Amino acid sequence: MTEVAKKSSVEQAIRPPRSQWWDVWDQFKTHKGALVGAAFFLFIVLAVIIGPYIWHIGYETIDIRARNQAPSFAHPFGTDQLGRDTFARMLKGGQTSVAVGVTAMALSLVFGTFIGVVAGYFKKLDGPLMRFTDLFLALPLLPLLLVIIMLFRDPLRAAFGPESGIFILIVFVIGITSWMQTARIVRGDVLALKEREFILAARSIGTPNRRMITRHLLPNVLSPIMVSATLGIANAIITESALSFLGLGFPSDFPTWGRLLFDATDYLQQYPERVIWPGLAISLTVLAVNYIGDGLRDALDPRIRGR
Amino acid sequence: MLNFTIRRLLMAIPTLLFISLVIFLLLELAPGDPMANVPLTVPPDVKEKMREALGLDQPTYVRFLKWIQQFFWVEPIHLIDSLFGTHWGEGMQRVISWQTRSPVMDIVAQRIPQTLWVVGLSYVLGALIAVPIGVISAYKQYSIFDQLGTFISMIGFSVPTFFTGVLLIVIFSVYLGWFPSIYDTTLKVHDWHTFTLQVKQMIMPVFVLALYNAAQISRFMRASMLDNLNQDYVRTARAKGLSEKVVVVVHVLRNSMIPVVTVIALGVPQVFGGAIITEQVFKVNGLGQLLITAINANDLPMVQTLTFIFAILIVLFNLIADILYGVLDPRIRYD
Repeated sequence: MTEVAKKSSVEQAIRPPRSQWWDVWDQFKTHKGALVGAAFFLFIVLAVIIGPYIWHIGYETIDIRARNQAPSFAHPFGTDQLGRDTFARMLKGGQTSVAVGVTAMALSLVFGTFIGVVAGYFKKLDGPLMRFTDLFLALPLLPLLLVIIMLFRDPLRAAFGPESGIFILIVFVIGITSWMQTARIVRGDVLALKEREFILAARSIGTPNRRMITRHLLPNVLSPIMVSATLGIANAIITESALSFLGLGFPSDFPTWGRLLFDATDYLQQYPERVIWPGLAISLTVLAVNYIGDGLRDALDPRIRGR
Repeated sequence: MLNFTIRRLLMAIPTLLFISLVIFLLLELAPGDPMANVPLTVPPDVKEKMREALGLDQPTYVRFLKWIQQFFWVEPIHLIDSLFGTHWGEGMQRVISWQTRSPVMDIVAQRIPQTLWVVGLSYVLGALIAVPIGVISAYKQYSIFDQLGTFISMIGFSVPTFFTGVLLIVIFSVYLGWFPSIYDTTLKVHDWHTFTLQVKQMIMPVFVLALYNAAQISRFMRASMLDNLNQDYVRTARAKGLSEKVVVVVHVLRNSMIPVVTVIALGVPQVFGGAIITEQVFKVNGLGQLLITAINANDLPMVQTLTFIFAILIVLFNLIADILYGVLDPRIRYD
């Protein structure tokens, strides 16, 4: 009896230490949808980054004789009304859409985490910061986004060039209108963490506030932040396409998935298949990201992970 | 309860003031000149007169206060006038659209029915579909029904409405030709034939929005049911010998409806905002489409008013959700 117990404890001691992230990965693997979603999202990201270098037709190349063609070997997704290759435009558009999604998500995460940690950690700032968050939650976001873009589009275009100007504007407006959920979740977690013993211990050895936040609080609120990161990407991609779809996003010679969809709706009666590609790309990417988020939520929740 | 309601009502006032300030300042700080579209041949002193006529020569805070006054005092008085045929509001300056030179609120009143019909119906339908789906998928967790429901609702909120809408148009208008792709607002329902036409043109936009809403609400319903199904009081109810139907419908469903009802209330204004896209897809000339045309025409008073109406809707439904929560859950009321 004691022999066996000793043996197993020795075995446990010999087994190489497993970090928490291996457990998370093991749990994540059991979620089929999340795994497929992650693979698909990785595929999309690689395709839009590397694809334009490999594919031989440029996204701006106009071949007016080959306009309005159905999908063929030379043009896998067909061509548009100016004879531009839809496949090349999809790759380029995906690049912009994914870039907007990731950058806007990063911006909103940084902002949301900052507000959440500060509000949770410093008691004096909690009230004002949370009222501020509530006020932001009460703003009508889509109408405001449209209004902001209408008002600031031209000056920013003049300042940074037509493409990067609108990129900065769209990333910025999506970022500053989607940080509220993250801030609330992070604040809640920080408030709960503050009552734990290790925080008390850290404080009693004289850890300064800055260290306290970067060393003890931030690593522990990482999991909700990661989940809201995935949801943030999905949200940002949808918002960008919605803005482009309403004609208030990127200019038409600069493709994004939403813009391609918007342009294709003009030819809905003649070439209905043209709306399918960008629509499918947006939907599948968002679906994949949402599944990743679902899997991550399960994987990062210690109560579920053990089972 | 009255105390609770009054406290919440008072808290809504600063929120509304803040939002109106944000909207006003946003348009104020924005570069661009309302006189930009006036022809260059108009001499500068005439332009100056036109500015004065629009009240643009006043300092910012005066214009803000005037706008607030117009919005909260003059417009409600005109509403009362038009409802009861009184003449209190005569001679008062209303909010005028720069596009049509007519009062903004009159145009808004013309557009509201279309939005309400399409958006409201789809929301009600979405909620009605979502609740049973959520209940069944939670009761039979991990069954085929649950898996399927989860998958469909995942699709429902991943696929943006502007794609589902366009897809439906491609299938049902272009290929099959069953439904019209453009919503005809001039259609008056007076007999059976026009009624079927009206139903036909409403099916697609309502379906798109209903799918989207049902996806979200059914997730909440499922999660909330799951939370309650494992509670001790459910075991007690079963141990008392109550039938399974009574346990689920009377005990569990009632308790899990509390968060869901507030989610439904909170979702209403977002639906109005989200409907901007659907209205654009199906060419429904409702509030959303009005906002888009006003933005494209640089019609600032219209944009201001519409954005503010959306903001009021959000604050109002937040308030309703809060009060509903207090009514449904006594623990909230007494904190």
